[in-house]
Amino acid sequence: MTWTAILLSAAGCYLLKLVGLSVPQRLLEHPVAARVAALLPVALLAALAAVQTSTDGTRLVVDARLAGVAAAVVALLLRAPFLVVVGVAAATAALVRLVS
Amino acid sequence: MNHDSTWAPVRAKVLRTSAGVGVATGAYGLSFGALGSAADLTVAQTCALSVLLFSGGSQFALVGVLGGGGNALSGSASAILLGARNMLYGARLAPLLRLRGVQRAVGAQLVIDESTAVALSSEGHGERAGRLGFWATGLAVFVLWNLATLLGAVAGQAIGDPRDLGLDAAVPAAFLALLAPRLRGRSLWSTALLGAAVALAVVPVVPAGVPVLVAALVAVVAVVVRRQEAT
Repeated sequence: MTWTAILLSAAGCYLLKLVGLSVPQRLLEHPVAARVAALLPVALLAALAAVQTSTDGTRLVVDARLAGVAAAVVALLLRAPFLVVVGVAAATAALVRLVS
Repeated sequence: MNHDSTWAPVRAKVLRTSAGVGVATGAYGLSFGALGSAADLTVAQTCALSVLLFSGGSQFALVGVLGGGGNALSGSASAILLGARNMLYGARLAPLLRLRGVQRAVGAQLVIDESTAVALSSEGHGERAGRLGFWATGLAVFVLWNLATLLGAVAGQAIGDPRDLGLDAAVPAAFLALLAPRLRGRSLWSTALLGAAVALAVVPVVPAGVPVLVAALVAVVAVVVRRQEAT
């Protein structure tokens, strides 16, 4: 199942890249297309972050991950680089688990 | 075409930028590799994603959805939707790159956030600089991202329970770090907040992996429709 997902998403993402290079630019320059292209990654990333922070399967849960993500937000506000943000989140969650 | 004496410094500048972007992006390939292992992917599977999919956000999305219990279809759909922006990048790059045949087939795989950003920012120094920026950045990121993925995935396999190291909190943190630089302006903030809220609201009622898709569609449609009514 994992390989199916890998090959399916790789094929889909490659085709999107190829289509972009191949079709006339004006087809993709419609204002609504441009708008959706800017909004879609934002909506997806926000939804992914929320779901990965506070759900377990189909249940909403509060656990050490929330503390880790809160620490990541602080790191982002301090303009920390990507790896630091991710590291701070992991370390905080690990620490909370260790003491609780 | 630029004269050689003016081209040399431009070439050096573009290559320096490409190398810098390659190293910085490659570094977070380490975290992708480790998170792939934490989501129970084999080293081969994690590395295959970096070679074949080669689009950071989509790779994190697929691994996140699979790790969270989503099925292959919802995982792939999230990854592909997140990769849709590369199509727009391709359309923007096409008149600059003017690729044919095999070159286009190879170049397509290198159409990502970073290569597009460097190509478009180098274009000010002429088309030749723009093309160099695209290829140099695309190749630098490709090589370093894949190398780092392998290292991260192997290191990740050595870890016992990824939760002990808080790696399950690193996944949402990675999404936030990818999201933060995009949050410019009110409609992008509303999209993000609406996306997160809708996703959490539907978690109890739809299968794992699906909330993200529902949330993205609802948020984008809502913001686009509202914007059109306002104008």
